Amino acid sequence: MENFTPLSALIGGALIGFAAAILWVSDGRVAGISGIVGGLVNPAEGDAGWRIAFLVGLCAAPLVYWTAGGGLPSITITGSVPLLLGGGLLVGFGTRLGGGCTSGHGVCGVSRLSPRSLVATLVFMAAGFAATFAVRHIVGS
Amino acid sequence: MKQSFAALVAGLLFGLGLVVSHMIDPAKVLGFLDIAGSWDPSLAFVMAGAIPIAAIGFGVARARSAPILAAQFHGPSRTRLDRTLVIGAALFGVGWGLVGYCPGPALTSLVLGRWQSWVFVAAMLAGMAGYGFLDRASALFTRRYSTFISPR
Repeated sequence: MENFTPLSALIGGALIGFAAAILWVSDGRVAGISGIVGGLVNPAEGDAGWRIAFLVGLCAAPLVYWTAGGGLPSITITGSVPLLLGGGLLVGFGTRLGGGCTSGHGVCGVSRLSPRSLVATLVFMAAGFAATFAVRHIVGS
Repeated sequence: MKQSFAALVAGLLFGLGLVVSHMIDPAKVLGFLDIAGSWDPSLAFVMAGAIPIAAIGFGVARARSAPILAAQFHGPSRTRLDRTLVIGAALFGVGWGLVGYCPGPALTSLVLGRWQSWVFVAAMLAGMAGYGFLDRASALFTRRYSTFISPR
């Protein structure tokens, strides 16, 4: 547990929760990233404006953080190209089929105590544990 | 216009939350998903920080008949707990565990300029487009042949 950062996790989490609250109370929209993006990939109605605005804010966040003196976040991506392609396809297809991801089901749905979201969150957590175990301890990449 | 501004602010706060909590880093997420390694429970604390605040927002909204800036609430379109939900969540979980990226962190880290993020996001968008294609194709198929498949 040497990498455990409980305080920054709680503060960052609170920001995410606050963002979800703002989007629902002001716009009546669920802050589910896969749903917001999916609505642009497969447009159904003329509601692209708020989706694009949300994603611009999301994508600009590291730059805003950096401009405010916070430094650029350092990230480590271990995936090889087949893992990146396979993982990306599964995340894209699976989130649309299951109607949500970590944000839509895991944060918004769970905070509304939606039975669908509680089940989805348990399932994707379990699948995530299993896949990470397979990659790190069975295949050993 | 006001709706889009609120969405911009919400997106920015969401992204800042991912940066501050380090959830933008796939290695950090894999530290949580790797229970057999040196386990890092931080992701659970992100959820624990987010859920009560979001719940307050949903609670406040319950007293209103409409959101502040829009005509109506757009809740989830699907409400049934079915096989589709479980299969979709399982596929998503596997993809998440392979790389450590879910959609939010993948998009937020694009600006950091790592080619791996761009490859992942391109594949993710292709997966979403593929779902949309299959969804439309199956709807068309069902409409055309429903009398043969399930006479009602």
